[in-house]
Amino acid sequence: MTDDTKFHHGDAPETAPIVEMKNIEKHFGNIIALAGVSFDVRPGECHCLLGDNGAGKSTFIKTMSGVHKPTKGEIHFEGRPMSFDSPRDAMEAGIATVFQDLAMIPLMSVTRNFFMGREPTKGSGPFKRMDVDRMNQTTMDGMRSMGINLRAPDQAVGTLSGGERQTVAIARAVHFGAKVLILDEPTSALGVRQTSNVLATIDKVRKQGIGVVFISHNVRHALAVGDRFTVLNRGKTLGTAKRGDISPEELQDLMAGGQEMAQLEGSLGGTV
Amino acid sequence: MTDTTPQAVVDERLKSESFGARLMKRPELGAIAGVILVTIFFLITADPAMFTLSGIINFMTPAAQLGILAIGAAMLMIGGEFDLSIGSMVAFSGLFFAAATVTFGMPLIVAIPATFLFSAAVGSLNGFIVIRSGLPSFIVTLAFLFILRGLSLVGLKLATGGSTQLRGVRDAIEGDWLAPIFSGDAFGGMFAWLAERGLVETFNNGAPKVPGLPIEIVWFVIIALLATWVLLRTPAGNWIFAAGGDANAATNSGVPVRRVKISLFMVTACCAALVAIITVMDAGSTDARRGFQKEFEAIIAAVIGGCLLTGGYGSAVGAFFGAIIFGMVVIGLTYTGFDQDWFQVFLGGMLLIAVLFNNAIRKRVTGER
Repeated sequence: MTDDTKFHHGDAPETAPIVEMKNIEKHFGNIIALAGVSFDVRPGECHCLLGDNGAGKSTFIKTMSGVHKPTKGEIHFEGRPMSFDSPRDAMEAGIATVFQDLAMIPLMSVTRNFFMGREPTKGSGPFKRMDVDRMNQTTMDGMRSMGINLRAPDQAVGTLSGGERQTVAIARAVHFGAKVLILDEPTSALGVRQTSNVLATIDKVRKQGIGVVFISHNVRHALAVGDRFTVLNRGKTLGTAKRGDISPEELQDLMAGGQEMAQLEGSLGGTV
Repeated sequence: MTDTTPQAVVDERLKSESFGARLMKRPELGAIAGVILVTIFFLITADPAMFTLSGIINFMTPAAQLGILAIGAAMLMIGGEFDLSIGSMVAFSGLFFAAATVTFGMPLIVAIPATFLFSAAVGSLNGFIVIRSGLPSFIVTLAFLFILRGLSLVGLKLATGGSTQLRGVRDAIEGDWLAPIFSGDAFGGMFAWLAERGLVETFNNGAPKVPGLPIEIVWFVIIALLATWVLLRTPAGNWIFAAGGDANAATNSGVPVRRVKISLFMVTACCAALVAIITVMDAGSTDARRGFQKEFEAIIAAVIGGCLLTGGYGSAVGAFFGAIIFGMVVIGLTYTGFDQDWFQVFLGGMLLIAVLFNNAIRKRVTGER
C-alpha cells in the first residue's frame, strides 16, 4: 500500500471513468434484485446514488465492492474488464467501501483502528514491531487533512462522535490508496452539524482525485456535494442527471414520484 | 465548498487532560493501586519480616507461579475468550512431563519440547472447538476442566499402577544440563557476592539467607515483558485487541481472527505447561490435584489487572501486578495475627472491587454515560 493519493485535480467530469458498471443484473433465486443498472464514477467527482429502501442500492454497492458477483453485465475498472471474487480483491484494486457499521472498535485507539489488519512494521526477525511513531503521525495527519484535530492519537474511538468515526473510516480508506470510495448512507444516523462535517470531508476526498460514490436517501445531503445524481428504483436506474441540470424539486419528485409510478406499473402490469 | 479552515486549530471544547486523568485510562492502574494498598495494609499489620528479602521471595514465588498462568489468561481474555481448563491443564501436562521423564526416561531436551507441543495441541483443540462451534469458550473449556482433570487421574493410575502421585522426577533429571533453566535458583553468584559485602541478610556461616532468585520469578518477569511487548508493539498485539473488541469488525478489516484466537488458546496452554514443568521439577513428583482451581485464581488476577470480561481491553502488566497482590495476600496473612481463612474473603472482595472499577473505566474510555 502506498500513500500516493495525488492525482490530477479539477476538471474531473470530463475524464474517463475509474469504474464503469454496465447493465448489471443480479438475481437471488427467483428474485430479481437488479434489473440492468448502469453506473460509473470518474476521478474527483461525487456521484450520488439515490433511492428509497428496497430500491437495490445495497445490492448494487455490494456488487461494486466485490461482495456479490453480478448475474449479468460488465464491470470495467480503469478501462479493463474486471471481475472481483471477494471484497479483498476489490479493496486491493482500489475500491474501498465504508459500510454503515464502519468496522471500528470503540475500545481501541484511533491509531490502532486506523491501521487494524494493515500495521506498518519496522525491524526484522524477532524484533519486527509496529512503527508506532509513524502510525500515530499518519493518523494525526490523515485526520487533520479531513479537518479533525484529534486530542491524541491514542484516544479511544469510543470517545469520538458519530461523524468523527465516519471521518476516521474515510481517512483510513483514503490512506490505503482508495481510488473509488463507496460510502453507504454515511449521514443517515448523524445530526445536522455532524452531517455537514461529513459532507465537507467528502468534498476534501473528491479534491484529492478520488471518485466518491455517495449512497443516500436524503436529497438535500446529496445535492450539497453531488456532481451527478443517479436515481435507482426497483432494481433499475431511472436516469442520471448532472449538477445544475436538475432542480432539487425535480430530484425529489423523481425519487418519490418515480417510486409511485413504478409501484403503479408493477401492480397494473402484474408480476405473476 | 472552499477549504478555508485553518489547519491546526485547538478545539475550544476540549479540556486539557491532567496527568491523573491520563493515568486513569491505563488498564493496569487498578492493579498498581491495589499493590500499594495491600503493601500499606501489611506494613501496618504484618511482622516486619514479610518485607525483608527472604519474606519478599516467599510471597513472590507463589505469585510468579500464578502470574505465568494469569498473563496467559489475560492475553486470551483480551482476545475475547476464556480458558477454564488451565488449572487442569497444569495437572495434565505435569503428568505428561513426569511420565516422559520417569516412565519413558527421556532427557529434558526431548521431554520439555514434547510437553509444550502436547499442551499446545490440547490448547488448539480447545480453540478449534470454540471457533468452529461458535459456542462460548466458557462452556467448552468448562468441559475440558473436567475432562483433563479426569484424564490426569486415570493417566496417573495407569502410569503408577494405582497411585495418584508419580514420584521420581528428581532422580530422573539428575544432572541434566537443561534442569537449571526450569528449576532451582538463578543468580546464585550475585547473591553470594552481595552477602560477602553484607548487602543481604546472611546466616551465621556467611552464606546468604536467600541462595538466589527462584527460577519461576525470572520466567514470570520475562513472560510479562514479552507479553507486554507483543500486546503494545506488534501487529499481533493489535490483532488480539481487535479480535476481542469486535471479531466481526476485525475480520472485515483483514485481521485473521480465527488464527489469533486459536494461537491464544495455545499460548495459554503453554503457560500452564511451563508452570507444570517448573513445579513438577521443583517437587520431584506430580499428582492429580496439581493446579487445582488455578483457572479461577488466574482469571481473578487478570481481572484485578484490568481485563474486561467482554474482551478487547486489558494488559499483561496488570495481570503481573494482580498476581503479586494474590501472592502477598496468601502469604502475607501468615505474617499477621489474622486467621488464614480470611484469604478467601479478601480475594472475593478484591475481585468485586476490581470488576466495579473496570466497568467504570470502560464507560469512561468508550465515552458511554
